[in-house]
Amino acid sequence: MSEIQLEIDGKQVKAKEGDTVLTAAEKAGMKIPKLCHNEKLIPYGGCRLCIVEVESRGASKLVVSCVYPVEENIVVKTRSEKINRIRKTILELLLAHAPASPSLQDLAHEYGADKNRFEKEASFCVHCGLCVRYCAEVKQLNALGFINRGVNKEICFIPHIAEKECSSCMECFPLCPTSYLQAAYVLVKGLTFTPDLTPLNINK
Amino acid sequence: MEIEKIDQIIDKHQSDASSLIQVLLEIQSENHWLPKEVLEHVSDRLQVPITRTMHIASFYKAFSLVPKGRNEVHICMGTACHVRGAKRILETVEDFTGIKPGETDVDMKFSLETVNCLGCCALGPVVEINGKTHGKLTVSETSEVLKSYE
Repeated sequence: MSEIQLEIDGKQVKAKEGDTVLTAAEKAGMKIPKLCHNEKLIPYGGCRLCIVEVESRGASKLVVSCVYPVEENIVVKTRSEKINRIRKTILELLLAHAPASPSLQDLAHEYGADKNRFEKEASFCVHCGLCVRYCAEVKQLNALGFINRGVNKEICFIPHIAEKECSSCMECFPLCPTSYLQAAYVLVKGLTFTPDLTPLNINK
Repeated sequence: MEIEKIDQIIDKHQSDASSLIQVLLEIQSENHWLPKEVLEHVSDRLQVPITRTMHIASFYKAFSLVPKGRNEVHICMGTACHVRGAKRILETVEDFTGIKPGETDVDMKFSLETVNCLGCCALGPVVEINGKTHGKLTVSETSEVLKSYE
């Protein structure tokens, strides 16, 4: 594999062909905020928080670093006034859906995002897709997926698969930035699973 | 819908996972809606996870996950039809059938849907019933047209 030379925040960085700007930056010890990224999963580009400025052949553009492959001689800026402003707005929009999410609050503190800027829309899910993709790509169980689209898009467990597989796995739970996944699981469990009626559990 | 008919459609597409949307579209036009059992069968045959089939079936407006009436009424609410009185046509249809957009009546006679443009603005206000276009409709004509459907 050929090596690619690029500049990130004024530092010369070497990366492998096919790497994304995000992985190259992280290998060089730089921190880019992200919500929907996970090394085990295929890049998704869902949260847009890892947005950076890329300058190639004299022109500068904003790209999402987790899905942007490295190119020879590009100049990447991971922080600038413009990027900070965009990240702040993205955070404020996400906070309107999940104001109490710990990972969002940490980032909001860093970027000065105001969680009350936009009217609250308590959907709790921020559509990072971590649970859906983890179940499909790593576990290959497909116990949950997305349904509907746009503002109505939500995660949805498939009851008969979830009943068989989820209680012994639950590996996606810690991935969720908002705890909405756990709530959705409790709901599907309460509404669709066959109750456990063995004598020990009957009085619980 | 019979399982043989679905298998026929799937076989026509060589049980290829990439023709999932085509298969669903054909079943939709045959059966007018996609029951749970059909989605599960298609997923099994095409080796596509049910989550993906559900994602696609709930994403596109062309698919229906609830039963549809014998006659599907689409009323155009686009700009041209709107200024030519589509709202009044819609109210007439709602009064005649007793249902709102997105609903189906109890005798499964009519399903009502609003659409944003049917692409024939010169004919506004336009109503499409079972694929047949009724253009330049007036309120009184609308009831006449609806009466001709069983």
